[in-house]
Order: sequence, then structure tokens, then C-alpha cells
Amino acid sequence: MIHVKNISKSFSGVEILKDISFVFEKGKTNLIIGKSGSGKSVLTKCIVGLLEPDIGDVFYDDIKFSSLKSKDKKKVRKQIGMLFQGSALFDSLTVEENVAFPLRMFTKMTEEEIIDRVNFCLNRVNILNKNTLYPSEISGGMQKRVAIARAISMKPKYLFCDEPNSGLDPVTAIVIDELIQEITKEYQMTTIVITHDMNSVLEIGENILFIDGGVKKWEGNKEEILDVKVKELYDFVYVSKFLAKDEKIVKKKASFEAFKFLY
Amino acid sequence: MIRNLGKYMFMLYHIFFKPEKFSVYWRRFIDEVVQLGVKSLFIVSLMSAFMGAVLVIQTATAIESAWIPDYTVGFTIKQSMLLEFCPTIISLILAGKVGSNIASELGTMRVTEQIDALEVMGVNSIGYLVGPKILAALFIFPIVIMYSMFFGFFGGGLVCYFTEIIPVKQYILGIRYFSEDNFVFIRYALTKTIVFAFIITSISSYYGYYLKGGALEVGKASTNAVVYSSIFILFANYILTQLMLI
Ligand SMILES: Nc1ncnc2c1ncn2[C@@H]1O[C@H](COP(=O)(O)OP(=O)(O)OP(=O)(O)O)[C@@H](O)[C@H]1O
Ligand SMILES: [Mg+2]
Repeated sequence: MIHVKNISKSFSGVEILKDISFVFEKGKTNLIIGKSGSGKSVLTKCIVGLLEPDIGDVFYDDIKFSSLKSKDKKKVRKQIGMLFQGSALFDSLTVEENVAFPLRMFTKMTEEEIIDRVNFCLNRVNILNKNTLYPSEISGGMQKRVAIARAISMKPKYLFCDEPNSGLDPVTAIVIDELIQEITKEYQMTTIVITHDMNSVLEIGENILFIDGGVKKWEGNKEEILDVKVKELYDFVYVSKFLAKDEKIVKKKASFEAFKFLY
Repeated sequence: MIRNLGKYMFMLYHIFFKPEKFSVYWRRFIDEVVQLGVKSLFIVSLMSAFMGAVLVIQTATAIESAWIPDYTVGFTIKQSMLLEFCPTIISLILAGKVGSNIASELGTMRVTEQIDALEVMGVNSIGYLVGPKILAALFIFPIVIMYSMFFGFFGGGLVCYFTEIIPVKQYILGIRYFSEDNFVFIRYALTKTIVFAFIITSISSYYGYYLKGGALEVGKASTNAVVYSSIFILFANYILTQLMLI
């Protein structure tokens, strides 16, 4: 469980996050959704401590992360796996070395155990026979999946995925979503997924935080999101014509339009 | 300015944190020795040989007096090679080659969030990325410079051999002349080299590591790295010369 309390963050006078509080639950895929530029990446960076929030605290289970010394922060960080928006694989290392990196750095595993673990993780994300290639030699979608493999190689307690399926075809995107949900259940991780893909939201949104312009506008789950009455989120959800074709939703949309003046 | 100095100091301080795992850092060190040193050997030997050759011709034509013995040429070459050309000029060349390499490598890692990825894993990214670079340079640059001295003399020797501007024997005699001073000269040269190695790697790392922005800034950072490393090398050169030779 990760508990975020009253986080605010500004860059050179511009307030990017305003007083955000939320509880990310254990064993669930927690989603942060919102438009591009709404502050989703900044929020996750504040949570993992890459950015220092101006105000507010972050709790990992009972540990008050934000007030730890950097040495103790490192201990918590060893339990964090993170997938960055741009994959952030190490260019100078091969696929195998990338996934093995945290294992070589932090564990006393033998070389054999490391390779076993690496292959297991790569199998898990469906990357086969690419061990000796460099990140620049595999496709963007594969890079994403290798990055996921690297993020889960240490069996983290907390998993952060910044747009895991942006730039992927719909089939692979769903495979990745399902994969993330599966491993979350399997290892009882606290998983945080950033996305602006409504498909993912409806697929894996067990606990959703919606932010708009750096402000928390709504929280709930994927069932509730279809009934939402918050204007900004409604626009976000129903911007997809595909969804709107669903009859039930069209009706809802119509009734929403009728009462729009209320909001 | 003060902020930059503070950040630079902060970086240097973090290099000396205890490594997470020695074997990983050792491999990084070896990689950097190859990257920064071994891969520079070709250009360094080429430059030094030509420098030696040109110096021989210039010196020999400048002192065409019957009263001055031929070995003076060799002696003069030795002085200028050991004292100035090899340590300083080659370091400036290395500042261009190695400095831009370091700044763009670290800058790209910053832009593509690879440094953030290291930090999130709990790795001391400064210690892991910058530390081995600085240590590797401190270790390998003196060797590169000795190598350069050898090729400088060799280039000069070749000219003597092929043009007979002065006899090779006299050239070698000149180089050997006053050999009790050679040790002092080499110590001076290597001290300078070590200082320059530190300047090049730390300043270039600083510009790469703390880069803000995107791909465009990577180019600017590597230019800055080269410019500032060179300027500081020139300053340090003057100060060290005053301290050590007067
Ligand atoms: N280091 C920084 N310095 C200054 N401003 C920043 C910095 N990082 C982010 N911002 C600003 O914060 C705002 C939110 O950025 P953020 O990256 O969190 O958006 P996002 O919600 O992740 O968008 P996307 O879906 O496109 O990834 C943007 O307006 C951005 O310009
Ligand atoms: Mg983002």
C-alpha cells in the first residue's frame, strides 16, 4: 500500500500538482489517468522520490518515505520496480544484461541463478531469443516489455508503470495490461499504472485516480467510471466514439447532455 | 556560478560513497579504461609522431650554426616534448575527444531517464557512472602520455633517419643528454597529466550528468565540456608550472 498525503509540487513558480491525496492499494492495479500534461509523471516521480514534493508526504506501508535519509530511501527503492515512459533501458547493455542489472548489483545470486531469473522474466513478457541484442536493435514495444522484465526481476513490492502500452498495437497493449494485472495478483504487489488509454482503464482499472491540471478530480473503479458525473472526466471517458457506440453508454451520454447545465 | 560550484562539489562528494557491489564497479572501471584510454591510443600516437617530426625539422633549421652541436636539437626536442607538448597538448586533444564523449554519453542517459532508472533502483548513480570514469582516467592518462612521449621521439627519429637533417646518433645523444633531469621532467609531466585527467573527466561528467532538457542540450553540454575543460587545463598548467619548475 502506498499512501500519498497532500502532495503539492511546482516548477519555477508554476504549480503542477495541487494538494493530491490518494491511497494505492496492495494487490490491485491502481491507475492514474488524465490528459497529457496533467502531471501524472510528475506525481509518480514525487512518489518514488526522483522529485522532492514541496509539501506533503508519501508512505510506503508504514514507512514515511519522504522524511527518510537517502541511505534508508535506497532500502525502500530496492523494493520498487519502475517502468519509465520511454523505457529507459541502458543503451550500453544487452537485453540480458539490462534485466540482470539489478540482480548483479544487489543480490548474491550466482551467475547461473541470475541467468535463470533473467530468462524467466523475459519469458514472462514474451521476449524470446533476444538476449544478446542491444536495446537499439529491438522494436519500441519489445523495449517496453524488456523494461517490464527489468522492473520485475527483483520481485518488487511496488511496481510503477508509466504508460506501459503507449505506442503499442492494441493486441500487444492488452497482453501487457493483462500481464501487469497477473503479476500484481501473483506477487501481491502494489501496482501503479499511468495511462490515458480508456481500453486499459476498463480492462484493469481496479482503483482509479483521475487528475486534471494537477488536481485530483475523481477516484473510483472501472465500474463507477462509466457513471461518472465529473465534467472533465466525462469528457475524458467519452471522447472515444468507439465507447459511445455502446448503447448503454450512449443513453447515459444523452442523459448527461440533458443535465449538462447542472455541472 | 556558486550554485554550479556547489553542484560540482556535491558530485565529487558522492563519487566516494561505498560501492553497492565491488565486482560491478570493477567491470565499469575496466570498461572505462578501454573507452577513455585504449581507444585514444591511435590518435595520440599519430599526433605525437607528427609533432615530434615537425619539431625536429623546425628546431634543426632554426639552429643551423656551426658552433652549436647537432645533439642540441635532440635535447631541445626532449625538453619541449616532456615538459609541454605531451602532457598539455595531448591532454587538450583528449579533452576534445574524451570530454565530448563523456558529456554526450551522460547527457543522453539523463535525457532518456536512464539516470533516473538507476536512482529508482537504489543505485548511487554518480558513484556508478562518474566514479569509474574519473578513476580510469587518473590511471590510464599517464600511461597514454608516456606512450605519446615515446611516439614523439620516434617520429623525430624517423625524420632524422630519412632526411639526415641531423644524424640519428646525435639525435639520440641529445635525448639522453642531462639524463639526471629526465626523472624530474617526467614526474612533472605525469603530475600535470593526472591533474588534467581529473579536470577533463570531472568537468565533462558534470556537464553531462546535470544536463536539463532534450537532445539539443546534449550537443551544447558536450561543447561546454570541451571548452571548460580546455580553459581549466590551461589555468592549471600555468599554476603547476609556476609551482613545480620555479
Ligand atoms: N522538470 C520539470 N521542470 C519544469 N516543468 C516540468 C518538469 N517536469 C514536468 N514539468 C511540467 O509538468 C507538467 C506535467 O508534466 P507530466 O510529465 O507530469 O505530464 P503527464 O501527465 O505525464 O503527461 P503525458 O501523458 O504526456 O506523459 C507539464 O506541463 C510539464 O511541462
Ligand atoms: Mg507522462
